[in-house]
Amino acid sequence: MLDLGPEEWTAVRLSLQVAAWATLASLPPGILVAVALARWSFPGKQLLNGLVHLPLILPPVVTGYLLLLTFGTNAPVGAALKEIGIVFAFRWTGAALAAAVMAFPLMVRAIRLSVEAIDPRLEEAAATLGASRGWVFLTVTLPLALPGILAGAVLAFAKAMGEFGATITFVSNIPGQTQTLPSAIYTFLQVPGGEDAALRLVLISVALAMGALLLSEVLARRVARRVGAA
Amino acid sequence: MTLEVALRHRFGGFDLDVAFEAPPGLTVLFGRSGSGKTTVINAVAGLLRPQAGRIAVGGEVLLDTARGLSVPVHRRRLGYVFQEGRLFPHLTVRQNLLYGRWFAGAGATGPTLDEVTDLLGIGPLLDRRPARLSGGEKQRVAIGRALLAAPRLVLADEPLAALDAARKAEILPYLERLRDEMRLPILYVSHAPAEVARLATTVVVLEAGRVLLTGPAAEVLSDPGVTPLGPRAAGAVLSARVSGHTEDGLTELDAGGQTLLLPRLPRAPGETVRLHVRAQDVMLAVEEPRGISALNVLPGTVAEVRMGDGPGALVQVTTGEARLLARVTQRSVTTLALAPGRPVFAVLKAVSVEKD
Repeated sequence: MLDLGPEEWTAVRLSLQVAAWATLASLPPGILVAVALARWSFPGKQLLNGLVHLPLILPPVVTGYLLLLTFGTNAPVGAALKEIGIVFAFRWTGAALAAAVMAFPLMVRAIRLSVEAIDPRLEEAAATLGASRGWVFLTVTLPLALPGILAGAVLAFAKAMGEFGATITFVSNIPGQTQTLPSAIYTFLQVPGGEDAALRLVLISVALAMGALLLSEVLARRVARRVGAA
Repeated sequence: MTLEVALRHRFGGFDLDVAFEAPPGLTVLFGRSGSGKTTVINAVAGLLRPQAGRIAVGGEVLLDTARGLSVPVHRRRLGYVFQEGRLFPHLTVRQNLLYGRWFAGAGATGPTLDEVTDLLGIGPLLDRRPARLSGGEKQRVAIGRALLAAPRLVLADEPLAALDAARKAEILPYLERLRDEMRLPILYVSHAPAEVARLATTVVVLEAGRVLLTGPAAEVLSDPGVTPLGPRAAGAVLSARVSGHTEDGLTELDAGGQTLLLPRLPRAPGETVRLHVRAQDVMLAVEEPRGISALNVLPGTVAEVRMGDGPGALVQVTTGEARLLARVTQRSVTTLALAPGRPVFAVLKAVSVEKD
């Protein structure tokens, strides 16, 4: 039953690729935005907070359409990026972008919570010992936020694996290029006799999701033990 | 190196305006909560920027608001020991200790890791994480971490306040060694009379944002007008040198030209000890008492008389180079005509040795 056809394999591989890139690429901006929201005060903070959370509340189709309007080949940003060789429209990179945008609020929330939980007096102590702001961030803030960063990354990865609405709107459903697991399941369900293939992919989805969750639990526990309660 | 501090800062109805100097040794910032102690120490650390002021260590200016100059916290080269330790939970004791040393750079001159672990007795803890240390151990590591940062100034904000009496007793000797062995100014915030009497070489008494009195500990603590130690512990702090031991089990000490006899101390001749003579343990007589069991009867002169609110009074007596404080009744002041310049004999009922 678990004999996957080449098309199905392609969908699984592509989904993993898209989700991995979406997660890795959104980690640096995710950490930056989480720290900014948790610790800094600046004009437009509430606006930034709203923007980050927008994909969580908008219908995914709307997010996908907005991405198309911004990053499409004929759209201003998309055309400019095409000049330097970066194309999102109807490519797997576009699927990764859509997945990253949809997963971003979840990642930022998890990291922000863990940054807010760090005692700022520890950062003060590091400064009195000679650490500049950058070093304080690298040697105190970042390691102490690691459990939250890991949790955010796993959450984002799982969300990216399952993203459907924004992806199909933005980059369509092209086998081998933009057809991720959910899109493939959807496609198989549209054709007569495709239920078996769909079911196989569903099982794989469930297995991957559970695996990610277990992995995050194990990692979180190991990191928590290392960081220790003060 | 001397720390010079002059600050003005106004916030939320509180008005701070202080100026003092802290020479090498341990300077206690003493006062009730709300007197401005923590504000002062945080301004010296650079964690708080006062509205106006100048702070300098050994001639190097850390803050001068008139010139718009403020050295950032991480370049002030301090060792700050916080009340709650503030050890990094994700690092081992060894990594915590070396954190500041790493930023101080290779050229830093200061104690080595071995010297500091010896001084503080924390060698066996090096591979543990802070979560597995007791309160007293955490504070000793925090002190070591501050020292290893090769500081030119040590700040301590009630480092013993969160500990019970036994843990305090465990750390006090280390603080004394730190005071005596490192040639650094130590600015130490406290409102515990026992710590002040035992540790202070200089005292700055703060009250409602002002410096009430400042000077060497022996002078400030024997000032009858201030009694920063409170009525029960009020008294003089003397430095005495062991001059010899008698055959009947006593130790002879020289305190500023006066000879004192105490039950035998485990000290070699020539060593100095710190004595605390509480005002309530000193009796005054206008004629030399005879046939009295007290061994220590010192001739002196009344320097100052301060009447209290109740029936009591505090009398400061100079004897040789030392100063004593005596608590007597106002009736005795009248009967004995105690006034500045009057020769008296001070009878010491008890003397406690602060360093043993």
